[in-house]
Amino acid sequence: MAIFLTEKTKVIVQGMTGAEGSKHTRRMILSGTNIVGGVTPGKGGQVVEIEGKSLPVFNSVKEAVAATGADASVIFVPPKFAKSAVIDAIDAHLPLIVVITEGIPVHDTASFYAHSLKVGKSRIIGPNCPGLISPGKSNIGITPADITGPGSIGLVSKSGTLTYQMMYELRDIGFTTAVGIGGDPIVGTTHIDCLRAFQDDPETKAIVMIGEIGGDAEERAAAFIKEYVTKPVVGYVAGFTAPEGKTMGHAGAIVSGSSGTAEAKKVALEAAGVQVGKTPSQSAELLRAILKG
Amino acid sequence: MDLFEYQARDLFEANSIPVLKAKVATTPAQAKAAAQEIGGKVVVKAQVKVGGRGKAGGVKLAEDGDDAYAKAEAILGMDIKGHTVKKVMIAAAAPIDSEYYLAILLDRSNRSFLVMASVAGGMDIEEVAHKTPEKLAKVHIDPNEGIDQEKALEIVRQGGFGSDVQGQVADVLVTLWKTFQSSDATLVEVNPLVKTADGRVIALDGKVTLDDNAAFRHPEFEALIDHEAADPLEALAKERDLNYVKLQGEVGVIGNGAGLVMSTLDVVAYAGEKFGGVKPANFLDIGGGASAQVMADGLSIILGDRDVKSVFVNVFGGITSCDAVANGIIQALEMLGDKASKPIVVRLDGNNVIEGRAILNNANHPLIQQVESMDGAAARAAELAAK
Repeated sequence: MAIFLTEKTKVIVQGMTGAEGSKHTRRMILSGTNIVGGVTPGKGGQVVEIEGKSLPVFNSVKEAVAATGADASVIFVPPKFAKSAVIDAIDAHLPLIVVITEGIPVHDTASFYAHSLKVGKSRIIGPNCPGLISPGKSNIGITPADITGPGSIGLVSKSGTLTYQMMYELRDIGFTTAVGIGGDPIVGTTHIDCLRAFQDDPETKAIVMIGEIGGDAEERAAAFIKEYVTKPVVGYVAGFTAPEGKTMGHAGAIVSGSSGTAEAKKVALEAAGVQVGKTPSQSAELLRAILKG
Repeated sequence: MDLFEYQARDLFEANSIPVLKAKVATTPAQAKAAAQEIGGKVVVKAQVKVGGRGKAGGVKLAEDGDDAYAKAEAILGMDIKGHTVKKVMIAAAAPIDSEYYLAILLDRSNRSFLVMASVAGGMDIEEVAHKTPEKLAKVHIDPNEGIDQEKALEIVRQGGFGSDVQGQVADVLVTLWKTFQSSDATLVEVNPLVKTADGRVIALDGKVTLDDNAAFRHPEFEALIDHEAADPLEALAKERDLNYVKLQGEVGVIGNGAGLVMSTLDVVAYAGEKFGGVKPANFLDIGGGASAQVMADGLSIILGDRDVKSVFVNVFGGITSCDAVANGIIQALEMLGDKASKPIVVRLDGNNVIEGRAILNNANHPLIQQVESMDGAAARAAELAAK
């Protein structure tokens, strides 16, 4: 099994006709994702040929769902139009909405996240994330599909390239699902949501959790692990050398005063029984050692 | 982006939040003129983006224009926790009866917004929250509902405000919400919000943080940026659209992806412990593209940092393939010519890694050294920087 995403998931691409959207639609199709169409307001009725597939374009997510039976959407639209795209998907009751777009104003994210809670039908992943991959099954987003194959590790991370790095280091073991939850101050799916799903997934034998400076998501995840997770969890936290008050690439990666430090996150995770490596490679070795018993 | 107090005050005024008359001055003469224009007693306040300026002597009462001149002279140029005072705000002085606290902020933990209101104002709110939590009302705000008069009154009552000011404070809160939302702020804080001796409620000091991601719909943000305070290398990087943060260290770092670069800094610092405490000199994320031009821009900024003794290029080929990155590095070094003078340790892994490493090997460039693992490459770069 995998979490959130399987080979059956039917995916529409919001922003498929744009440069990024069409590039990654091609990549997703090549990695086996079941892409069934796209949404670009004003371009409904067009058909786009990508990698031998004729993909219909719709004006709205509702129309796309009615015609294709899609149950997931991936969003590549620019920040300016992202909020209305996400709300369109929420209102169409799509179970899974993956927002790749970086640079969405946090007021927009707060608004569509609150709206999704009210409607209560969708899981949002992101924004500002690489998406998620269940290797060998499906891949929604921009994660390179050829890094690793299927296996027994579940991975949740705020960072894209660190996810790739970790998948690469542990490619001999493989992954059930790797979820990039995103580096923005507000994200739709948290470490905790993924930890819960991995704990409940019988095929996942061990979990890697990658965090970084900013907010208290890792501390909350640590408390959750203590209470709920019995599978082994190995952690990694980035940003020990980040200065106070500076945004380190990701909008959410900032130490404010004494809060959001990497040290506090590491301490909290270790207190919950999570082994935390000093480098990504060390974390990978810790996990390998655990699985070898 | 954090605003200076005077910028926050101007924003409040533009949104009809009651504030006192005030002007900004960069010289004692300007301070004197401002004080004379405002009339009566004034307060001369250092403009720095750091707390604790009162205790540091950065806020002083002045009797008149000449006194404001003297006070401004003393405060301008002062160093407050590493921030040099370049501007002072001259504000009308008001007899204060009570001090309150009011703020709206992004609440990351709850993925929503939060109002904090207290009658215990004028002090550190974290201390109030810690010592007398009953004096601090914390109320979650639905981003799509906001704060109307009714909600504001409910919050104000919960914050323990007396009936004499409830209406006025609620008005301020409703306006503060409008300001928070229309400015795409992640923090608007009024501390203190005061009741004057004659019963008016006024925002006496403010702190505002704006969301940089929202700059595309706020052309007015540009004028609020403190270009003077920016590190010259950071400013140059920004011009070239690079994500760069200057740090104090010797190993220049270039990588792709914010998380990987943050991790690279840590791994360099960790490796540097064995080499006399060598540290990373900067954060630089070149993102997915990693074209020759981007690599050249990145390298030239890093090599412009005099503290840099070695450079560590750490790239995981995901969407970008390693051969493209390797070609980018070679072409970048050609573009830079003699300007490239420091050893460059390159670690490539991921997509097309064999081709990428072969390109660098074949180029046989005197400055480039390849190490296959991230930890090993960090140690090599640290060792080179320590020499």
